This record gives sequence, C-alpha cells and structure tokens, in this order.
Amino acid sequence: MFSYSRLTIRQKHIVWAWIFLAVPTVFYVVIRFYPTGQAIALSFMEWNLLGTKTWAGLDNYAKLFSDPVFWQVFRNTFVYLILGTPISLVVSFVIAYHLDRVRFMHGFLRMLYFLPFMTSAVAMAWVWRWFYQPVPIGLFNNALASVGLPQIAFLNSTTNALPAILAPAVWAGLGFQIIIFMAGLRAIPTSYYEAARIDGVGPWTVLWEITLPLLRPTIVFLVVFSSIGFLRIFDHVFNMTTNNPGGPLNSTKPLVLMIYQTAFSSFDMGYAAAQTVVLFTILLIVSLLQLRLLRDR
Amino acid sequence: MTRTFTTWAAGAATGLAGLLAGTAANAVEIEYWQYFFDARVQAMEQLIDNFEAANPDITVTMTHFPYADYRTKVAAAIPAGEGPDVVQLFYGWLNDYVEADLIQPLPTDTFPPERIEAEFFPMVQAMKMDGAYMALPTAVRSLALFYNERLFEEAGFTAPPATLDEMVEMGKAMTKRDGAGNITQVGLTTGMTGQDHHWWREVLVRQFGGEPYLDNYQTVNYNTEAGLKALEFYTGLESDAQITVSGFMDEAQAAFKAGRAAMHIDGSFRIGALQDTRGLEWGVAELPAGPDGTRSNYASYWVNAITSSATGEEYDAAVKFMDYVTSDEAMQIWLEVVGELPARPSVGMTEANANDPVYGPFIRGLDYAHATIFADESAQRQVLVDMVSRVELQGQSPAESLAQAAAEEQRILGGYYGN
Repeated sequence: MFSYSRLTIRQKHIVWAWIFLAVPTVFYVVIRFYPTGQAIALSFMEWNLLGTKTWAGLDNYAKLFSDPVFWQVFRNTFVYLILGTPISLVVSFVIAYHLDRVRFMHGFLRMLYFLPFMTSAVAMAWVWRWFYQPVPIGLFNNALASVGLPQIAFLNSTTNALPAILAPAVWAGLGFQIIIFMAGLRAIPTSYYEAARIDGVGPWTVLWEITLPLLRPTIVFLVVFSSIGFLRIFDHVFNMTTNNPGGPLNSTKPLVLMIYQTAFSSFDMGYAAAQTVVLFTILLIVSLLQLRLLRDR
Repeated sequence: MTRTFTTWAAGAATGLAGLLAGTAANAVEIEYWQYFFDARVQAMEQLIDNFEAANPDITVTMTHFPYADYRTKVAAAIPAGEGPDVVQLFYGWLNDYVEADLIQPLPTDTFPPERIEAEFFPMVQAMKMDGAYMALPTAVRSLALFYNERLFEEAGFTAPPATLDEMVEMGKAMTKRDGAGNITQVGLTTGMTGQDHHWWREVLVRQFGGEPYLDNYQTVNYNTEAGLKALEFYTGLESDAQITVSGFMDEAQAAFKAGRAAMHIDGSFRIGALQDTRGLEWGVAELPAGPDGTRSNYASYWVNAITSSATGEEYDAAVKFMDYVTSDEAMQIWLEVVGELPARPSVGMTEANANDPVYGPFIRGLDYAHATIFADESAQRQVLVDMVSRVELQGQSPAESLAQAAAEEQRILGGYYGN
C-alpha cells in the first residue's frame, strides 16, 4: 500500500511538486490540448453541428487546397502580416525613441498613445468605417470633396480596402508596442551611452551599435507578438465589412474570418476545422522561424 | 410528492409559483425557444397567456437568446437532448434539422396537408416533406417599396411608381448631386448585401421572363437571357440611370431613414424601425411590376416546429400549442404586436388588413410571393453580391459575371444536395 508518511522528504517534495504542477497541466490538457486534438480529428470529418459526424478522410483538405478563395485569403493574411508587422514596429519604435526624450507632459503623451490600445476594437472599427464612407457622410471624402478633389473609394475597392482596414489595426496596436519599446529603452544601462559620448560617437552609430542590439529581446518579443496578432486579424475586418464580410470580392478576408464564416454561417464544421489546422500550422511555422532568426547567436 | 415538487420548482423558476399552486394536479410543462426581439417576446408572452388560460393543465416556458447566438445554441442543444419541445427556426434551416431527425413531422390528423394548402399562403408549401408538414409559421415577411413622401412631394409626384420604368424615371428626378457631381441623395437605394439579392433572384429574374431555379431550387437557372437582362437592369441603375450608388451612406436603410433616399426596397420587418423615426414621412407600395406587367415578391418566414425531445404527454401538449400559435387569433396578435404578416389569407386578406396603408402592400405581395429554398443562405447571397461587385469594381461583363455566379451557386447546391 502506498503511504504518504513513509516517503522520504525528497519524495514528498516530488509529490507536492506534481500536485502543484497538476493544476496547470490539467487545465491545459482539458482546455487546450483536448479541444486541439478534437479539432484536428474533426478536420477529417464532415459535420454540420446537427447530424452525425462522418469520416471524410482528406476531403476537407483537398477541397481547401483547390479552393481559389482559400488562396486569396491565404495571400491576404500574409499581406496583413508583411505590411502590418514592419510598419507598426518602425512607427512605434520611432515614437518610443522620441517620446523617451520628451520631458514635457511625458505621462500625458504616453497616455494618449496608449489610449487606442484600451479602446474596444469594435467601436474603433465602426468609427473608421464611417470615416471611410463616400459623401455625404464620410469624413475623409467630405474633406476631399470640399476642396474639389475626386473621392477615393476606400472600402468599396478591391485594392484600397485592405490597406484601409490595416491602418486602424496598426494604429490600435501602437500604444502597446510603444510602452514595451520604452521599457526596453529604459532597461539599457546609461553607462554605454556615457561611454559613447566620451568617445565622441555620432547619434546614428549610437542607435545602430548600442540601442538596437541591446533592444534585441524586446524586438524579438514584439515581432513574434505582433505577427501572431496580424495573422489572426479578425475584429477590424469583420466590423468594417459586416455587410459583405471580407469583401469586396474577398479582397480583405483573412483566414480567421473564413474559418468563422465556414463554421458559423455555413455550419460546415469539418471544413472549418481543416482551415483551423492550416492556420495553426502557419502560426507555428512563422513563430518558430522568427524565434530562430532573431535568437541571440 | 415528486411531481408536486417538480411543479413547484418550475413555477418558482418562472416566478409564477402562486398562480400555479391551484392547478398543479396534472400539469405538463413544455419549453419554447425563440430568439430575442422585444416585440416577438411580448407577442409570444401574450400567446402563451391565452393558451394557458384555455389549457390550464399545460405550462409553457419560453426561453430566448440573442439572435447572434441563437442558431448555434439551438443546433448544439437539440442534438444533446437539452433543447425545447417547440422551437422557432428560420425556414431555410429546416432541411438540416429534418435530415438530422431533430424535428418531428406535424401529425396529419391535427394538421392535414390538404387543409394547410387550402388555408395558408402558397409559399408555406416549402415546409412539406414526404406528405406531412414539418413546421408552420405564425407570420411571414415579404418585400415592398418604401418611399419618402416629402421627396415625392418636392418632385411633384403624387403616387408611387407602378412599373420598373416609372421607378427609374422618378428616381432620376429625385437624385441630387453636389457641385463636384457626387451623389448626395439617391433616387433608389441599392446594395446586394441588403434585400436586393432577394429582389434580383425572385423578382427581377422572373419579371424579365426567367425562372431562377428548377427542380425545387436544386438547379440554378438564371444564366439565361432573362437573367442577363435582370442583371443589366440592376447594375444599370447605378451605371446608366445613375439614380443610386451602391453602399451609399453605408447601409441602404440608413440612407432611407436619414431622408437621403427617395425609394428603398426592404422587408416588412423594417416597418417597426421606420415607425420610430421622427421627422420621416414615408409610404409603402407594392414592388413595381416588370416590363410585361409581371408581379413577383420574395417571402421568408420563421416557423415553429416540434422537436424530437417532445414525447408522451409533452408531445400532445406541444401539438396543442402548435395548433394555437398557427391559429387565426395568434396571427392577428402577432400582426398587431410584432408587425409581421399573417401566414393565412383568412387573416391577411381581411378588408382591414389587406387595405392597411402600411401592411397592405406587403400582404397583397404574399399572393404572388416565392420563398427561395436555400441550401446555405449566406453563401448563396455572397454569390450574388460578388456577381454585382465583379461588374461594378472589376469591369467584368455582366454575361461573364452571371455565368460565373450561376456556376458558383450550382456548386453550393450540388455540394449540399449531394449530386
């Protein structure tokens, strides 16, 4: 018989360690790993949420890879990533770098930059959606029309719609990135800068040789974090195009929106699960690649 | 003992414990689900009160959910056996529920098919499968032309347009532009994302001489000359007649509400929202007739059905409840409280209802309305949205775009019906 009192102290430590570890382990297994496994299994089945699940083999995947909409959506998702991540990082770094030097109303300015991050993405998306409308209600087009310039079709265009949706998404994320960058900047010991000043090094060299290399962990974190964010973009797109989700002509549809529609308006759960597995794989590959590329050598 | 306790618990849960104590002896409780919309809930409460007064041994508990979650909740609950005995479903979802054996056919002794066919508007026949009706509506919806009376008066019009041509001509007179030529007031709102895809599919295609689908809506049939004419007419509203801009003021109904649109095609469910708009004077007319005088309309409805979880005495109670909610009395209450149209001509076509200035045009439209049987309404809507977008945004020819749309929609139907 197993008896707790007969264990050595070391063994007791191990038992307690496992008891504490069990809490997150059970949580992750039940809340994360089990549904993930279920989703992967479901991706090989056909199910409309009502009837019975039937085995479909690789049908869902075959359908996905031969679906032109999927490839369009795939491209869109990467456009969000490839435009969104560098732009938001460069802009937030420039702001953080300068904000770090500003003493005048520093706290207030920082709050202003952080505010959009705390605003509900849904409310923000709707306000921008109205900004983008044609005359007579759109702010931007009314301004253009009042000075006699032709209107710009922001959302009702297959080429302009994606950047128009990306802009507020980038803006919304800036606050968070600025705060992280500023924390990173503050963490760099001032002695390096003092040494550089004594040696008479120019500001660009200081930036390239001291600031950026020492910010590397911060940059790695933000690149991975914001990439995952842009690969999963949904709220902004969905709320700015609710009438024609991901439109016009799928030009703004990201993968997550496609999954949502397949699952909750077409009720094709197996197909949606297959799309989810593909998204999961993409996220995994992109994150691993970035971690490897940006790791300290 | 147990039964008294159950009844007590149920009564307490609905806050009616005191009222029920007297009638607790043989009570059956059935559960009813619908989505939350204030007027619908109020109307149903009234119906339940009347029903319970007439059937003191039956208690009906209503549960409602926000519309956004409704479909998923119902779909998850019924197969799990947690669901209601009587449920409200959109008619377009019915196929999936029938196929999964989640709803029971209505008993033919209480609901004989011949009687239903004689007593209900014809589009309800879409609910008949294998000789029995699976579900029945209390109320139906159809389309009509809303018009802004002030703008009509300003332009000197005294009556709404009777034909499509008249509508276009009148629309031209009521379209306004700013100095740069940007439209600031439209003659007619358009937007396939609203009700226009129904208008195009069931009304315009038929008015230009076509038949949008064959084989009980399993085969797409609009890639024809009639379909092309209908599409050219529709896209021409913006490109040739220039009486509209798609996406004007974000949403067609918003433009009409704001008084920036002279005419607007929408469903009867819009009436409530417009009645609450201050300063807007509006009228309703039947949809304009086609070039050869053809009239058509699109109708849709929510049905009530008995789920597979109702058995024994609950099933009998559910049948009684179904019989009441599809009765003339229930339909009149529903019309007065919710503003949805009665599903029976005996209620709809009464002198008072059919000539009502607001409901009349919708009710008269029911006589020649068609209810599309959708396999996947949002996907099929998207096909038509994209068809128009390709013409408007990418300059594709209407003929090519139409052919592509027909092929895409056929693929959806083929995938669903498995052929």
